[in-house]
Amino acid sequence: MFYREAGDFKTSYTEDSQTFPIKFDRYGYYVTLAVAFLVIPFIINDYWVNAVFMPFLIYSIAAIGLNILVGYCGQVSLGTGGFMAVGAYACYKLMTGFPDVSIAIHILLAGGITAAVGVLFGLPSLRIKGFYLAVATLAAQFFLVWLFNRVPWFYNYSASGQISAPERTLFGITVTGAETTAWAAYMFCLVFLVASAWIARNLTRGMAGRKWMAIRDMDIAAEIIGVNPLRAKLSAFAVSSFFIGIAGALFFAVYLGAVEVGEVFGINKSFLVLFMVIIGGLGSIFGSFAGAAFLVLLPVFLKNVLVGGLGWPTDLAAHLELVIVGGLIITFLVAEPHGLAQLWRVAKEKLRLWPFPH
Amino acid sequence: MKLKLLTAAAAALMAAAPALAELKIVDTSYRTGPYAANGIPFSDGYQDYFTLLNERDGGIGGEKINLVECETGYNTEKGVECYESTKGGGSLVYQPLSTGITYQLIPKASADGIPLHTMGYGRTSAKNGEVFEWVFNYPANYWDGASHAITHILNENDGDISGKSIALVYHNSAYGKEPIRTLEKLGEKHGYDLTLLPVDHPGQEQKSQWLQIRRERPDYVIMWGWGVMNQVAIQEAVNIRYPMENFIGIWWSGSENDVKAAGADADGYKALTFHNLGDDYPVYDDIQEYVVETGKAAGAGDQIGSVLYNRGMYAAMLAAEAIKTAQEMHDTSNITPEQMRDGMENLVMTEEKMAALGLPNFGPEFEVTCANHGGDGMGAVSQWNAEAGEFELITDYYQSDQEIIQELIKEDSMAYAEENDIELRCE
Repeated sequence: MFYREAGDFKTSYTEDSQTFPIKFDRYGYYVTLAVAFLVIPFIINDYWVNAVFMPFLIYSIAAIGLNILVGYCGQVSLGTGGFMAVGAYACYKLMTGFPDVSIAIHILLAGGITAAVGVLFGLPSLRIKGFYLAVATLAAQFFLVWLFNRVPWFYNYSASGQISAPERTLFGITVTGAETTAWAAYMFCLVFLVASAWIARNLTRGMAGRKWMAIRDMDIAAEIIGVNPLRAKLSAFAVSSFFIGIAGALFFAVYLGAVEVGEVFGINKSFLVLFMVIIGGLGSIFGSFAGAAFLVLLPVFLKNVLVGGLGWPTDLAAHLELVIVGGLIITFLVAEPHGLAQLWRVAKEKLRLWPFPH
Repeated sequence: MKLKLLTAAAAALMAAAPALAELKIVDTSYRTGPYAANGIPFSDGYQDYFTLLNERDGGIGGEKINLVECETGYNTEKGVECYESTKGGGSLVYQPLSTGITYQLIPKASADGIPLHTMGYGRTSAKNGEVFEWVFNYPANYWDGASHAITHILNENDGDISGKSIALVYHNSAYGKEPIRTLEKLGEKHGYDLTLLPVDHPGQEQKSQWLQIRRERPDYVIMWGWGVMNQVAIQEAVNIRYPMENFIGIWWSGSENDVKAAGADADGYKALTFHNLGDDYPVYDDIQEYVVETGKAAGAGDQIGSVLYNRGMYAAMLAAEAIKTAQEMHDTSNITPEQMRDGMENLVMTEEKMAALGLPNFGPEFEVTCANHGGDGMGAVSQWNAEAGEFELITDYYQSDQEIIQELIKEDSMAYAEENDIELRCE
């Protein structure tokens, strides 16, 4: 009834190939952006930003990054935690080394450094594929965590081996450190997320994205039609690591403030982001958001329902939470193996015909 | 519409409405994950003591205590979430029982004006109250513990340990790395060789570390372990037949749950402590009467009298005494977090006070001041008696090497003050 293209005429190629061709979608997108930028900052408080929004925004960036590599280019990676650590430590070294430079620039540079490291660890992808590549990136994960634990230069020789973010401002507003207000941290991450999603969306539907997808679908065929596998694979590693590095830098500087590499960027983080991508939907930007939302919000929601709402003991709730989240993951993947994004796609198809299906 | 209702309900639940509280205390516990074996008894002790005060005395100074539990799983992200969701409504004090979470909370709690009590863990240099206004770590800290272990080894060797070799098996995290600098300094002073053997989270894999110990045979092994790492380390030590009386754990590596898994061979294992052990105190009769028999015991109720239960109870007792001090100072029973901080800073623990509470001789006497948030650094050594199934104190309380530790604390806290532009207090 509402959700249809009838009467929504396109008169140019630009209009025809836009991201949201259906008017209803497009307005939904504008409304979401308006709410995110103009409403939420005014009503947000410390709890919402630290428990809900910031993890969601930052994990979304990481999931977009990993989705480019795994979903679009078909290169399985288990090194996400390690690459996030590179972003965090690069950001820390830059923040403490050049305190006068803006934090936003540091975070972008941290993404750049992570991209370089990502390319380095992406080199084996030229020879190995699938599970074997997963093992090679797993090595990156363990090596990077070991490195940041082992070499004191990375944590400025602090006694505890932790890195902690000093206070930094952007346009006179504190964005890192304990004095940060809720809305400032939220806006800072939101801007990075929107920019990342916009860049990722446009990259993946352009020539670069088509090359990645050709490699993913069949690399020999892609090579025959003229895609250079070296450049396609390494550019996927670079772009993916760039976003993951930004996510790591934000995770450290804005969200946690102090980080210990083994705990925060361990193998669990790699799995978590990979699960977000798989549950959300491989090869879909919307899927990255959906997956991050699912795995960040659901545990918090369950905890509040079980402990806050029903008053159950915390240990029982914590164990049940694992059971419920695990059960839901299985249910979703059985119902729709291509993830939440595909569910959404199917729902949209049905909505177009509603209420008069054939 | 249905979806909207659901969203609204979800939003309401996620906001976690703060309960109306008289004295709100948050117990950030961990009853799940690889550290649960140690987290459960501590949390049980912490909660049971407050339950006892509510049941027997009707709270503290006539105000009931509202205890809120939040599960962190010893995970910093969950710890931060717990802190943010519970800090409203006048939470009086946080005891995260995790050095990682403590490091997260020091700047946050200082900005929010909520005191932190990190009893025997956390950031050691927080002892310097001139820099750390909102953080307390009385009655002892990690660097005291490192010095206690070395002093004990000195006493066993008639004061000369030059040329001896000592290995430190530690949890490869902020927690485990804390004592390294102190042990190195003490090494310069006493002339022993220090070998560092890090064990990664969660600590189940220690074969290579213990193989190295087996090969090099250090004279003493000191351990900074927590959770499942303790049990594995003690089992590995038994496997390579390392003499248990030369194996000394910090106070977080010395509970019944850690040694029982290794059976009779763990007999003789030593661990430090900063409070007394066992359940031979009058307060336990009250806990039995008011808490256990009324069915209000926390958890399964099977940890009462264990080492970590005692420590949790001790932490709760110190918090309760600080509340009393604050209530007297400000002449109000319903205190705020700021007043709680004053109470903690003016806390005086004397033998009479502890005896009156039913805990005679339970811990050392100490006095908190504006400049000293860490007590006097008294500790003792306990030893596991496998046959009796309990840890027994084998030394008196003695003080750590203040000369070296004070200097290190000064250095570290001043560096923190400089990094964060903190003005010194207590002039």
